[in-house]
Amino acid sequence: MSGQPPPPPPQQQQQQQQLSPPPPAALAPVSGVVLPAPPAVSAGSSPAGSPGGGAGGEGLGAAAAALLLHPPPPPPPATAAPPPPPPPPPPPASAAAPASGPPAPPGLAAGPGPAGGAPTPALVAGSSAAAPFPHGDSALNEQEKELQRRLKRLYPAVDEQETPLPRSWSPKDKFSYIGLSQNNLRVHYKGHGKTPKDAASVRATHPIPAACGIYYFEVKIVSKGRDGYMGIGLSAQGWDKHSYGYHGDDGHSFCSSGTGQPYGPTFTTGDVIGCCVNLINNTCFYTKNGHSLGIAFTDLPPNLYPTVGLQTPGEVVDANFGQHPFVFDIEDYMREWRTKIQAQIDRFPIGDREGEWQTMIQKMVSSYLVHHGYCATAEAFARSTDQTVLEELASIKNRQRIQKLVLAGRMGEAIETTQQLYPSLLERNPNLLFTLKVRQFIEMVNGTDSEVRCLGGRSPKSQDSYPVSPRPFSSPSMSPSHGMNIHNLASGKGSTAHFSGFESCSNGVISNKAHQSYCHSNKHQSSNLNVPELNSINMSRSQQVNNFTSNDVDMETDHYSNGVGETSSNGFLNGSSKHDHEMEDCDTEMEVDSSQLRRQLCGGSQAAIERMIHFGRELQAMSEQLRRDCGKNTANKKMLKDAFSLLAYSDPWNSPVGNQLDPIQREPVCSALNSAILETHNLPKQPPLALAMGQATQCLGLMARSGIGSCAFATVEDYLH
Amino acid sequence: MACLLETPIRMSVLSEVTASSRHYVDRLFDPDPQKVLQGVIDMKNAVIGNNKQKANLIVLGAVPRLLYLLQQETSSTELKTECAVVLGSLAMGTENNVKSLLDCHIIPALLQGLLSPDLKFIEACLRCLRTIFTSPVTPEELLYTDATVIPHLMALLSRSRYTQEYICQIFSHCCKGPDHQTILFNHGAVQNIAHLLTSLSYKVRMQALKCFSVLAFENPQVSMTLVNVLVDGELLPQIFVKMLQRDKPIEMQLTSAKCLTYMCRAGAIRTDDNCIVLKTLPCLVRMCSKERLLEERVEGAETLAYLIEPDVELQRIASITDHLIAMLADYFKYPSSVSAITDIKRLDHDLKHAHELRQAAFKLYASLGANDEDIRKKIIETENMMDRIVTGLSESSVKVRLAAVRCLHSLSRSVQQLRTSFQDHAVWKPLMKPILESGAVELLCGLTQSENPALRVNGIWALMNMAFQAEQKIKADILRSLSTEQLFRLLSDSDLNVLMKTLGLLRNLLSTRPHIDKIMSTHGKQIMQAVTLILEGEHNIEVKEQTLCILANIADGTTAKDLIMTNDDILQKIKYYMGHSHVKLQLAAMFCISNLIWNEEEGSQERQDKLRDMGIVDILHKLSQSPDSNLCDKAKMALQQYLA
Repeated sequence: MSGQPPPPPPQQQQQQQQLSPPPPAALAPVSGVVLPAPPAVSAGSSPAGSPGGGAGGEGLGAAAAALLLHPPPPPPPATAAPPPPPPPPPPPASAAAPASGPPAPPGLAAGPGPAGGAPTPALVAGSSAAAPFPHGDSALNEQEKELQRRLKRLYPAVDEQETPLPRSWSPKDKFSYIGLSQNNLRVHYKGHGKTPKDAASVRATHPIPAACGIYYFEVKIVSKGRDGYMGIGLSAQGWDKHSYGYHGDDGHSFCSSGTGQPYGPTFTTGDVIGCCVNLINNTCFYTKNGHSLGIAFTDLPPNLYPTVGLQTPGEVVDANFGQHPFVFDIEDYMREWRTKIQAQIDRFPIGDREGEWQTMIQKMVSSYLVHHGYCATAEAFARSTDQTVLEELASIKNRQRIQKLVLAGRMGEAIETTQQLYPSLLERNPNLLFTLKVRQFIEMVNGTDSEVRCLGGRSPKSQDSYPVSPRPFSSPSMSPSHGMNIHNLASGKGSTAHFSGFESCSNGVISNKAHQSYCHSNKHQSSNLNVPELNSINMSRSQQVNNFTSNDVDMETDHYSNGVGETSSNGFLNGSSKHDHEMEDCDTEMEVDSSQLRRQLCGGSQAAIERMIHFGRELQAMSEQLRRDCGKNTANKKMLKDAFSLLAYSDPWNSPVGNQLDPIQREPVCSALNSAILETHNLPKQPPLALAMGQATQCLGLMARSGIGSCAFATVEDYLH
Repeated sequence: MACLLETPIRMSVLSEVTASSRHYVDRLFDPDPQKVLQGVIDMKNAVIGNNKQKANLIVLGAVPRLLYLLQQETSSTELKTECAVVLGSLAMGTENNVKSLLDCHIIPALLQGLLSPDLKFIEACLRCLRTIFTSPVTPEELLYTDATVIPHLMALLSRSRYTQEYICQIFSHCCKGPDHQTILFNHGAVQNIAHLLTSLSYKVRMQALKCFSVLAFENPQVSMTLVNVLVDGELLPQIFVKMLQRDKPIEMQLTSAKCLTYMCRAGAIRTDDNCIVLKTLPCLVRMCSKERLLEERVEGAETLAYLIEPDVELQRIASITDHLIAMLADYFKYPSSVSAITDIKRLDHDLKHAHELRQAAFKLYASLGANDEDIRKKIIETENMMDRIVTGLSESSVKVRLAAVRCLHSLSRSVQQLRTSFQDHAVWKPLMKPILESGAVELLCGLTQSENPALRVNGIWALMNMAFQAEQKIKADILRSLSTEQLFRLLSDSDLNVLMKTLGLLRNLLSTRPHIDKIMSTHGKQIMQAVTLILEGEHNIEVKEQTLCILANIADGTTAKDLIMTNDDILQKIKYYMGHSHVKLQLAAMFCISNLIWNEEEGSQERQDKLRDMGIVDILHKLSQSPDSNLCDKAKMALQQYLA
């Protein structure tokens, strides 16, 4: 590289020697220079008051200086409002929220709740007069939407059901000298501000969730008021112990005490101050007008609330929790940390002994293939990696056969086959048998079960063409929205987990609602992302696999690769038309009728209906027997009740309980049966790969709850593409 | 065999090595071309990573033979390619290897090879050229001696990602100074390289980026062009900004920050542009942080110093960003006492970079404090700052000394600025004191004797600043430390800047009446001699003006006045300059006269008489008619002294 910057040009040379024709040196140079304002002298007037003194409790002065906040004072009387500074004080918070209830959800954050109504009318009405811009519902909605979008983008790992993000100042957790307006985003001081004891503060509605990884908010100084004694920062749960602030009048930082440290420049009207909390290394830095000022605090405790403290009349600040674009480029900072965390993961030392790691991975892949019955692939994979398949091929094929029957809705045959192949299995698992029988009843209603089909003679419904395509990671009999089962299983809750999933996500068609709430990531996990992942493993491990599958009649693998091509989450449904010719090759033949017939109870056959009724009685009897033998089982009871409810409707498919008829509901049943069979072979009922994934996901959740911020940049999905 | 002595074994091993090397060379002369090819391939495998083998083969004369084979028309392309590969491998060794290759005229041979139609051969030649041109022993001029080379390299840029990488690397190493920049620019370097910034290959992107940083450095023409270049619908500055995102490799962030800095300094990007204020500057500050490697911290600080040097707003922003001033204090802690004990390797590394770190920190401090008083105060208050500067002034490394004196110079401005603007001694004294107490005067006087003109200028400049309105004691200290001999040597310095600053120092020393008299009583004779000499010499207006101002100051003394009044030669000269064609000089001479004839002072009558006799009053009358109002006023005022 070529040269260094040249030496500084002699910029001020001219001034340095009294150059303009000098007066006789005897004359004192006359300088009309204006003295700059002296730097704010803070010794006397700074809010570093006496700690521990005062009537209002343990050291309000010190508290104010460091943004030390105390339990919220009683709300201001509704009638006698203090002399109003610029924006009129809003009505007391209690007007908006039910007394003693949880804090009112700020703004519109409550989500798609009340139909068409605009919440928080009281607060909006109270402040609209002073609002500098119109606060129409639409504008408000737009702002809320933008906030939602930005928060989602900045903090994708945060589960807001569990840990809501701060969106506004809390009207409950504030001093009475603090006034809020403009959707609880604007804070003004309304006390007399005579002594440091008059300092007051307000915190946000919620603490910062650790799963943010990096959290950031900005505060704009609308007016510095009389003295500009504003502090911006963080406070801890208990209000009193820990608080952290950066003060405008002297630029000092205050850490849980009344004495400040020189930190950064002063700030005043028009400045935008940002506060960034790094939950990975527990530090905090501030920004001023988009410029990072450097680390202010280290060793921060968890669960800090964004907080501001004000002290003199006229001080007004606006918060930006994501309602507007930030002045500072926080996303760039986040990128750096995401890269750091991911590099850390990538460089994590694994297996000291050579090949051990590889062998383990291969075992996981192999066991996964075996578990789901991809026998051809499993065989080819085992061959090319010199592994032994733990289960016999015949056994895999048997399981496969049973699974196909269940997924085709042919429950009677499935139960029969199971009893033939695994004689004592269902005897030892009466609850499982009951579950299978309930499903059989549902399939009878559906007209798909073999018993009613032979009676009805009508062709099966379009649902029958539901292809037998086990999906990776979640067991093949799981619906895409059931990814949570993995969590439950991973935490060792056993088979009931299936049913909890069954109940909570009974909506077969993946509804938007469910995804928005918390099944969001699972959708990709189970239906989109994993498929190509596994596929690529197959491809890379052995070229033979492909040849092999194309010659083989193994249906799953073919279906599977069809599914891969589909990007939509219900790709396997769409793919069904392609399956026709493959079906013919199948050992268990399945008729496919894609014509959309009118759906009738039990396929419309009277005999079939009678059979179904009869079967229902048997089921009822079995339920009673089961209760006598094994005690009450609420899950069983509910299952049966739900199934019987189908008969209460003339069109069960369009009834409130109709979702039971959805073929996707066969999946948990199928999975439970598969796992039970595997258990009899002393094989894990969950493939280790799914277990590991579940554990990793669970671990991230645990990290979030334990305040370990790096979980924000290590989502499992990032590693599944 | 078992009882063979040790020495013969060693010898036999040695001769074996030479013999095997000899064998490799011999095979290059085989009449069978196929065997020659195999010989070259074997040689390639033998030299990879083996510096000793490389040296052996060079000594045994492999290079001329390889070059012969490479240029021989009868050689197969494969053979030529393998030859280029082996030569490239030899160049990868020590600097001596590169010298040997250069002695064999390898560069023209390889450049000739670039005319081949075969891409593999071209790539091998370019790779070898790259290695040679990036060596410090290779004169970059060799790239420009044949005018057809650059256009041909530009054309080869489209051939493959390897040609792109190697050619860009050659350009970025061989582009030194405006002449090279112009050659490359005129051959379309900007257009040809711009689209490589979006290459899929990281190495290509990186080398292209480096090219732009050397092309833009202090070059307004290139820089102005760069701001308007579009690549895939995006302007080049935007692409650079993307490259300094925080998840990009540090090398890439640093180099793109350099590009933007150079474009800004060349006037192509405004200093208040967001890409400078919110992107480039913060990125460079980050490069100074402790987390970065020492090399990166050096480059970061130097580039930042260059970026903010002319702009006070950027200086202010930098000064508050990430505690930069405190961060720089860490630059002086190498090698740390810990590293010395625990880790020899680290100590070695630290030692190597210690000088570079210190000079970079001084440069950045100098830039930061160039204009703003508050920033200077913050710097001076940094722990041990003054000690560090003083230590820096006496370091063995010229680079460090120069940077330290620049820093001191920048900070010493503050003293004078504060004093001129506030007249408040209480404010400036604490700033001045540490500088003086640290023995800076002697060090600065020492620097004025340096061979390096830049050191002399900065040394005398800082002294001039210190003498400005200083106490008598400081002035005496300066004069004593400097010695009149040295002062006169500086007055005849070949460097104009040194002369100007020395006159400035003299003028600052000769201010306030008691000081003037004191100094003139001890050094009057020499000073008058020096003044005469300069006024008689061939100097420009500024120098003469400055000298006349010194005379005016002398004329303001009480006893010092006599030194002028008794020197007819000087009086004649003053008279001459009153009638000079240049107003500035007339004005300066006017000041001398005013001071001499001022009424209320002792002996003013005699002086007035003497000057009248010389014809000065006539000149004053003439000047009172001058179209220059300033001059006219001064002349009238002087005439009034006569009337009173």
